[in-house]
Amino acid sequence: MNWNQIWEALAETLQMTLPSTLISYIIGLPLGVLLVITRRGGIRPMPTFNAVAGAIVNFLRSIPFIILLAMLFPVTRVVMGRAIGTVSVIFPLTVSAFPYVARMVEGSFNEVDNGIIEAAQSMGSSTFQIVRKVLIPEAMPSLINGFAICMTTILGYTAMASAAGGGGLGALAITRGLNLRQYDVMYAASIVLVILVQIITMLGSYFTRKFDHRIR
Amino acid sequence: MAQPLIELRDLKKVYPVPGGEVVALGGVSLKIEKGEIYGIIGMSGAGKSTLIRCINRLDTPTDGQILIDGENILALRGKELIRMRRRVSMIFQQFNLLMQKTVARNVRYPLEIAGVPKAQANQRVMELLKIVGLEDKADAYPAQLSGGQKQRVAIARALASDPEVLLCDEATSALDPMTTQSILALLKDINERLGITVVVITHEMAVIRQICTRVAILDGGHIAEEGSVDEVFVHTRSAAGKRLFGILPENEDEDRPPVPALRIVFDGGMENQPVIADLVKQCDVEVNILSANIRRLNDKPYGQMLIEMPRDDAARRKIVEFLNAKGLTVKEVWPQ
Repeated sequence: MNWNQIWEALAETLQMTLPSTLISYIIGLPLGVLLVITRRGGIRPMPTFNAVAGAIVNFLRSIPFIILLAMLFPVTRVVMGRAIGTVSVIFPLTVSAFPYVARMVEGSFNEVDNGIIEAAQSMGSSTFQIVRKVLIPEAMPSLINGFAICMTTILGYTAMASAAGGGGLGALAITRGLNLRQYDVMYAASIVLVILVQIITMLGSYFTRKFDHRIR
Repeated sequence: MAQPLIELRDLKKVYPVPGGEVVALGGVSLKIEKGEIYGIIGMSGAGKSTLIRCINRLDTPTDGQILIDGENILALRGKELIRMRRRVSMIFQQFNLLMQKTVARNVRYPLEIAGVPKAQANQRVMELLKIVGLEDKADAYPAQLSGGQKQRVAIARALASDPEVLLCDEATSALDPMTTQSILALLKDINERLGITVVVITHEMAVIRQICTRVAILDGGHIAEEGSVDEVFVHTRSAAGKRLFGILPENEDEDRPPVPALRIVFDGGMENQPVIADLVKQCDVEVNILSANIRRLNDKPYGQMLIEMPRDDAARRKIVEFLNAKGLTVKEVWPQ
């Protein structure tokens, strides 16, 4: 077995996972904030907007990634230059992940005690100040935990990227390991994936605890 | 008389519920003068929380007016609302501190959002922590503090914006009696030294008695009685007030004694003296005290006592006459 192909695949996996996670958060975090503050009883209620945004998020979340990947081929070609490949797959990964991120973020914000938000309002905070100085810092441990969960989920999705000509550990395990019956490659690729998930989860828990000042 | 600092005019708050509506405030009018400590007392569900939350617009009344310095605050929007809220601070039963920020950062928060330069803000934070006696806890997190310390941080934070009014929403209800005393003393000190008008809502009579100058008794969304604390305590007129102060039983029927008895009401109309001892000596009766609930205010007894009555009509009349002569209100109570 050639270990170099494992390391190359690992690099490709990270190349897909990290930008997808990042871009998903760039879109999903503000969307999550909007979902929380615009709901009925939120700090900036806009029920119609909230219902529409919520419906879009639910719609995107309910399409299985492998289907979305295929459906998006024409769009991906326009956005990324080509429909398939390790880099191109970042686009469908992001489209699939940002609604998930938005719901995750929404959940984290919902954990913040409403009394703290009321106190901030009573002190004369603007909506933006409440989001930036109260909601996000108070939800930080939960947001970090959610970040780790989202990243491992996206990592899992990258395995399906092989269907769109993407590389990575998942693709290696399927094309080499399964199709060419190089089972050692399949197991090696899988073990590296497992270790990667473990590392992300451990780092997530570590920083979740480190940033939580409620327990000391 | 000068314009009151806060004036509520016919304030109403109605919550829609399935199949009808709940009236939390049924037309409340009151005036709060600058520099006083105004207490609003009532049983739970009387509407006190709704009332105080309307004053800084955490809740929006259904109808009526709230004037602060003559300005109708129900018309305020956006930046004007923010400016008003910086003049009217609030502290809460559950403290509501930022749990992920240190004590100093919590107190600095109102200064940060008002755009006060950092160096100036930090200096002010230390002054504020000194006022509440927590200079040494600046770098602690709220989770490391006791309940009383948390409320002190909340008070320092509420004072940061240099408010004219401090609203206290059951601020001592989550604290033990000792801590309650120290927080009340702090509120009184702040009122006297900084001239900040304080509005207190509570269900505890002791809180009112200890720091308030005037009091309103809220009952079922209406003001049952209002006036100076001494006056309201000494001449409690409303049934709601008498129930709150323990002069009337909360429920007359449940309080029936097993034997003929006499309810003696101490409503402050009498100097402190050994009434029962005198009764025993002068009327030559044996007095069996069935129950008693008496508190002291300005060295005068308030409350009620239930004593067993003799079967003999003449003896009973003698006791009633004796107590009436002492200036006490009495009422004979019979078993069911």
